[in-house]
Amino acid sequence: MHEMSLCEGIRQVIEDHARANGVTCVRRVRLEIGRFAGVEKPALEFAFEVVMRGSVAEGAELVMLDLPGRALCYDCAREVEIADRLDPCPECGGGRLMPTGGDEMRIKDLEVV
Amino acid sequence: MCTVCGCGDAKVEGHAHDHDHDHEHGHAHHHGHGHGHHHHHHGDLHFGQGPAGVAVPGMSQERLIEIETDILAKNDRYAAENRAFLRGRGVFAVNLVSSPGSGKTTLLCRTIEALGDQPLAVIEGDQQTANDADRIRATGAPAVQVNTGKGCHLDGHMVGHAIEHLDPRPESFLFIENVGNLVCPAGFDLGEDCKVAILSVTEGEDKPLKYPDMFTAARLAILNKVDLAPHCDVDLDLYESNLRRVNPDIETLRVSARTGEGMEAWTGWLRARLADKIRPRAAE
Repeated sequence: MHEMSLCEGIRQVIEDHARANGVTCVRRVRLEIGRFAGVEKPALEFAFEVVMRGSVAEGAELVMLDLPGRALCYDCAREVEIADRLDPCPECGGGRLMPTGGDEMRIKDLEVV
Repeated sequence: MCTVCGCGDAKVEGHAHDHDHDHEHGHAHHHGHGHGHHHHHHGDLHFGQGPAGVAVPGMSQERLIEIETDILAKNDRYAAENRAFLRGRGVFAVNLVSSPGSGKTTLLCRTIEALGDQPLAVIEGDQQTANDADRIRATGAPAVQVNTGKGCHLDGHMVGHAIEHLDPRPESFLFIENVGNLVCPAGFDLGEDCKVAILSVTEGEDKPLKYPDMFTAARLAILNKVDLAPHCDVDLDLYESNLRRVNPDIETLRVSARTGEGMEAWTGWLRARLADKIRPRAAE
């Protein structure tokens, strides 16, 4: 996708919070990434290391927490969890699913010194 | 790019006079993003990049700071500003997304002709060249080219500046032709009313399955170049059922920008959406 751009966004949020909280060093950054967010994790890890250089989060550990993919089934009207974007409804086997969750890309928290 | 897009330089082309950046729309140069620079030369807008790298000495105790912030929050704020501005003017904004070569620009030129004297403006996004904005301006419509440099998508901040340049008329259309790319533009809100995905019939019926995010995000999908369908063994019904598989709510239209087939349905759809948007204004 655009992992480099995402890391620029992450750096900006970290720096804003670091300034506001008087933080000089970030040890760990935890992200929440939905299954359908389209984020390539190895690419994000690589970009993270590069983009954080020279910032308060240089060398910080990156932890990515998975959030499940969720969808509303238009056949049985149930909200279901699906592993793959094109999976059928696990409840009724229907194929008309509207994603309702799993596209999250969030910075959850920072462990700082 | 100075907000979310670290992809490279971007510039807005096609505007030849100086202008005041302090009008009501909040995208001027006084916003507080902490790095980068974009400045105006001869009406072009150049987007620099480079993080500030500011560190403030302070506490030394190890602790956890809860953030719970979307990574694209900054883009979303710009998009929200754009949306509020466009709502205030009663401008219906369409974010046109597709692969490269689906016929977006040709469709847009035909659309502008078909809409006649309806006021509208166009933002053209490409990595390089002002070719597309030139094509649009040849129809008589005001257009601004945004070159994203190495960037693969338009973002809310670039579009905010382009809107400033265009200064769209009340109760008009704003067409934003995104960079031809079915991946990244799905994630970047520009402040538009809706995304319209354009697919040419030669791309393969399984395209919606290969790039589901874009078609899930789109309100309408236009199957373009339907005049070619008889020549390339394509099943238009299968295209549409695959679109509905990734987005049960999606609307579809079959169009040929070249022959004009389906253009009336498309412009009718647009006019109905604009009417929906300005109705609350009329009631005031």
